Amino acid sequence: MSQTTINGRSVADIRKDFPLIAGTTLAYLDNAATSQKPRSVIDALSGYYSAYNANPHRGVYPISEQATQAYEGARKKVATFLGAVDSASVIFTRNTTEAINLVAYTWGQANIREGDEIVTTEMEHHSNMVPWQLLAKRKGAKVRYLPFDAATGGPAWSALPGLLSAKTKLVAFAHVSNSLGTINPVAEVVAMVRKHSAAKVLVDSAQGAPHLQVDVKGWDCDFLALSAHKMLGPMGVGVLFGKRELLEAMDPFLGGGDMIREVYIDRESKWNDLPWKFEAGTPNVGGVIALGAAIDYLDAIGVAAIHRHEQALTQHALDRLKRMKGITLYGTPDAKGRCGVVSFNIDGVHPHDAGSLLAREDVAVRVGHHCNMPLMKRLGLWGTTRASFYLYNTIEEVDRLLIAIPKIQKLFS
Amino acid sequence: MENPQEDLYREVIMDHFKNPRNKGLLPEPQIKVKGVNPFCGDELELTLDIKDGRVVAVGIETQGCAISKASSSMMAEVLTGKPAQVLTDWVAFLKTKLVDGSADAWPAELEELKAIEGVRNYAARVKCALLPWNTLVEGLQEFAAQKGGKVTLTHTEEAS
Repeated sequence: MSQTTINGRSVADIRKDFPLIAGTTLAYLDNAATSQKPRSVIDALSGYYSAYNANPHRGVYPISEQATQAYEGARKKVATFLGAVDSASVIFTRNTTEAINLVAYTWGQANIREGDEIVTTEMEHHSNMVPWQLLAKRKGAKVRYLPFDAATGGPAWSALPGLLSAKTKLVAFAHVSNSLGTINPVAEVVAMVRKHSAAKVLVDSAQGAPHLQVDVKGWDCDFLALSAHKMLGPMGVGVLFGKRELLEAMDPFLGGGDMIREVYIDRESKWNDLPWKFEAGTPNVGGVIALGAAIDYLDAIGVAAIHRHEQALTQHALDRLKRMKGITLYGTPDAKGRCGVVSFNIDGVHPHDAGSLLAREDVAVRVGHHCNMPLMKRLGLWGTTRASFYLYNTIEEVDRLLIAIPKIQKLFS
Repeated sequence: MENPQEDLYREVIMDHFKNPRNKGLLPEPQIKVKGVNPFCGDELELTLDIKDGRVVAVGIETQGCAISKASSSMMAEVLTGKPAQVLTDWVAFLKTKLVDGSADAWPAELEELKAIEGVRNYAARVKCALLPWNTLVEGLQEFAAQKGGKVTLTHTEEAS
């Protein structure tokens, strides 16, 4: 076992915190799809259900108050984690997709008009593309796509000013590419948008927040979305950060309980304060509390140190893959400017076959278009094989992937 | 851990993948069907000539993974001389075998396809194996509906 450490803790020790990983031979290299969960997160989730399961915000008995405090405490943790000044700016959703759709159906519904333009990039996940296409269709607006530049492995940011105009109402882009790992220069992009337009900016940080420091205040982005399950938290919880003045002005998304202040049948009802205005119905209380535990876990180790560990694994994989014959690599030329994602193809081997054969070696990777069909089309591909790393992955696991490749090539030769 | 994919890339599969049978399209086929699996990018073109209700010539070109190419090749090899109804029954049999895992005995002509039974545990791979067969059925059905006229169409795999 590798003696690698992250912020003074050995990876071998970290692995013991993850029940699914500890004591198995599985090399789990599909972290961009979902991360595994540490015991503390699983305990937070089951602890809520076994000790203080009650509906928050309305009980007058102790466990309901305890649930409320834990739920709202998690919101404060998320706000701090994102560098937000105000926890009322943090709205819990089901996932990143729902957070982005919330913006499309509320802010977009009120602010996008016929002839307006929404700018996004060819590199986006479908969840940061399709909601804007649907919005544009409803409004007679247009979605414009910043082209992907295969040489840099990211969007051609220098062409962004040319796409921005008085018509541009929103610029939406990923913090980190899910299929290539490319890290976008968020602060610079926001500054560029501000310089050339009055457009609002939405950052899809589903692949960023688990691995890099987020700073919504420093970046000055208007909206940011993320999913708990990619950052050691449970599935079914996402976050939308929005600037307070924008959220205040937006209509509710879903109507129902908890999002109202007063309901009338003879005049218009009144909405609750932020953030509850956007949290209709009983939320995923246990999941949100478990997200809080995930943030505690990440904070204790530090995302910056985790990122350095992932980059070392990525550089190792890229160095070895570049030396192999018959391998095509996608994305940035090296690990610099990349999160722990390595996307590649083995010549003459369909990614589905590569994935199935790696599974035979107990190596779990993702194969396919990774919900990036326009990007794959730009690359002239149907899909890739994608290995993605996190804090508990080791050089030995990366080597198991690398050792399996010549075996696959031999089978297909 | 038992790994059901252990069997999937056996010699017989790789042989069909590397040396596909009935490769190439017929020049003036009575049935020409394109099969597309949008979930994994597999694509094939199947051409058939029919005489007196039976397949008399087969040509097929498949782009895709080893499973879809092997399944295409194995299918092409057993079509000649078979009446449309037998083929339709075979496809129904294959679906129950690969999707539901039925215990029914394999027809002698399809025994080689036992090699792809391992896909059963992976819904995404079942589509790879069934694409040529579903494409075949759609072509035969349209041919029957047209009462012998030439058929050109595209079959697209749907979400399960």
